[in-house]
Amino acid sequence: MSLRSRLRAADAVSIGTAGIRARRTRSILSALGIAIAIAALVAVQGVAESSKRQLLDELGRQGNLLTVATGQTFDGRPTPLPLTAQAMIARIPPVLATTAVGNIDGATVRRTDRIPPQNTNGIIVLAAQPSLPATLSARMLRGSYLGAVAEQYPETVLGYSAARSLGIDRLDAQTQVFIAGRYFTVIGVLDRVDVAPEIDTAALVSFGVADRWFGLGGVPTRIYLRVHPDRVAAVAAVLGPTAYPENPRNVQVQRPSDLIVARLQAKNAFVGLFLALGAIALLIAGVGIANIMVISVLERRAEIGLRRALGARRRDVAAQFLLESALLAVVGGLAGLGLGCLATLVAARLAGNPTAIPPKTLLAGLAAALLVGTLAGLYPAARAARLPPADALRTL
Amino acid sequence: MTAALELRGVAKTYPPPTTVTALSDVDLTVTAGETVAVTGASGAGKSTLLSILGTLERPTAGTVRIAGTDTSTMSDPQLSAVRAWHIGFVFQQFFLLDHLTVLDNVATGLVYRGMPATARREHATRALERVGLADRMRHRPAQLSGGERQRVAIARAVAGRPAVLLADEPTGNLDTANGREIVRLLASLGDTTVVLITHNAAVAEAMARRIRLEDGRIVDDSGGAA
Repeated sequence: MSLRSRLRAADAVSIGTAGIRARRTRSILSALGIAIAIAALVAVQGVAESSKRQLLDELGRQGNLLTVATGQTFDGRPTPLPLTAQAMIARIPPVLATTAVGNIDGATVRRTDRIPPQNTNGIIVLAAQPSLPATLSARMLRGSYLGAVAEQYPETVLGYSAARSLGIDRLDAQTQVFIAGRYFTVIGVLDRVDVAPEIDTAALVSFGVADRWFGLGGVPTRIYLRVHPDRVAAVAAVLGPTAYPENPRNVQVQRPSDLIVARLQAKNAFVGLFLALGAIALLIAGVGIANIMVISVLERRAEIGLRRALGARRRDVAAQFLLESALLAVVGGLAGLGLGCLATLVAARLAGNPTAIPPKTLLAGLAAALLVGTLAGLYPAARAARLPPADALRTL
Repeated sequence: MTAALELRGVAKTYPPPTTVTALSDVDLTVTAGETVAVTGASGAGKSTLLSILGTLERPTAGTVRIAGTDTSTMSDPQLSAVRAWHIGFVFQQFFLLDHLTVLDNVATGLVYRGMPATARREHATRALERVGLADRMRHRPAQLSGGERQRVAIARAVAGRPAVLLADEPTGNLDTANGREIVRLLASLGDTTVVLITHNAAVAEAMARRIRLEDGRIVDDSGGAA
């Protein structure tokens, strides 16, 4: 008797899928649990990755921006930089562009002179140069930026938050604000500037107007500069002595993109939490599959007995149920990947971010589904294989 | 004549909590090509005898030889091979798989021999022709009558031409006419050794040899060649 009992791989797969096909509704519902969990995991990763991609793009664009300012006075007002600072900084070879702003102390911005002066809305007034939008990569939301006319006449451009605080959502020739005792025509509104939040809450006027009416004298309080991307650290090291040779230690050099790095780190922390929740959902779905498979083994005792009578080895019976469980999970996993990608696409579209789904995430999702399905099938498969054939056939 | 099946001093006692002695000290030799009916009251040990002959259960004592080979030291895969190649089973409840066609149900009988699907279907087609169901191959079991279903089960059992066919009350769920047809079919299998359990005296009479069990012992053995 040298003949062997043997099951071909193709037949094992066919037998494994037969149980799924024979109980369609139950199979779909079991796979749905896995699909939802995998979709959640993929969507969490995808949405986070998409918004990270947007931040990283921003970081790439803004990583070479530096700001130079001095300390603040006791009442929180910025102290001025030397008049020559901007010109000196512009002479450092890797510096590509500079722009300066000057803080106009005590100036308030109101919608009309009827508004009490105490209602400042936290809006500051800054003198700004024509090079500001280009240097900060700032876009105009409405209207245009300060031009030659603004050097002579009372015109202003509002930052994004300042315009919102003042309730200005459209511009016409009559749109004016009341700045330090004088009406200024609002000629433009800037879009949000992520790397220079102080611009968002400011009303910008030209240095010409600031000198004439507020006596600023052309003195800058903050200088923004774009540097060759490979030389950022080297330039930052010499900015203090260049800007303020007499008192270099009084100069604060900042890299605004650090803000973006902090936001990236905050996002990573949340992703960890949501991934943990997704993993718990996957675990619950796995327990659901294990439960269904145990019930399936109980219901199919007669089939198990019959297969053993036909010559199935214990391992063939185990493989049948293990395969069935793993296939259920993989089918659910594939559906979950599709759902997760769709959710990511919709979420990224709504948030205006680029869509980014790392291939690693898709592979990991499928592997996780396969692992959970296999683990869920282990106990039911062992139980089916251990069933004594004669007992299984006495079921009815 | 060679012995197709041979039991020597076979006993079977089920472990607690039941602790039932189903068989005690059974000696039985079935020669190749013999047709044997096993009768006896409920609980006499008929099904246990059939399970032990079919290697679905191991005896607590004694030896079981199939085609001269002792099965007591065989592993699970070896016993499975014996069932796949040497023994066909027919059950009272048919045990057909509802989601498969009649043809595929019969072909499933050969799947654990590692036979390719096309060869399985060829064997299954011939077996279905032998049992007179060539026109029912594409049907599902649910579309067949009880008698037809049992003929499908017999086709599944004999598709691989096993040396031994073991049938546990094959006519138990059938009316007299269908029962008679099944018995005629089993008696016409030629050189296949048939052991069948029955409560029906007419079915038992159709077999060449009749064995009666009482309380796990053979109390009557008539019509045998030996």
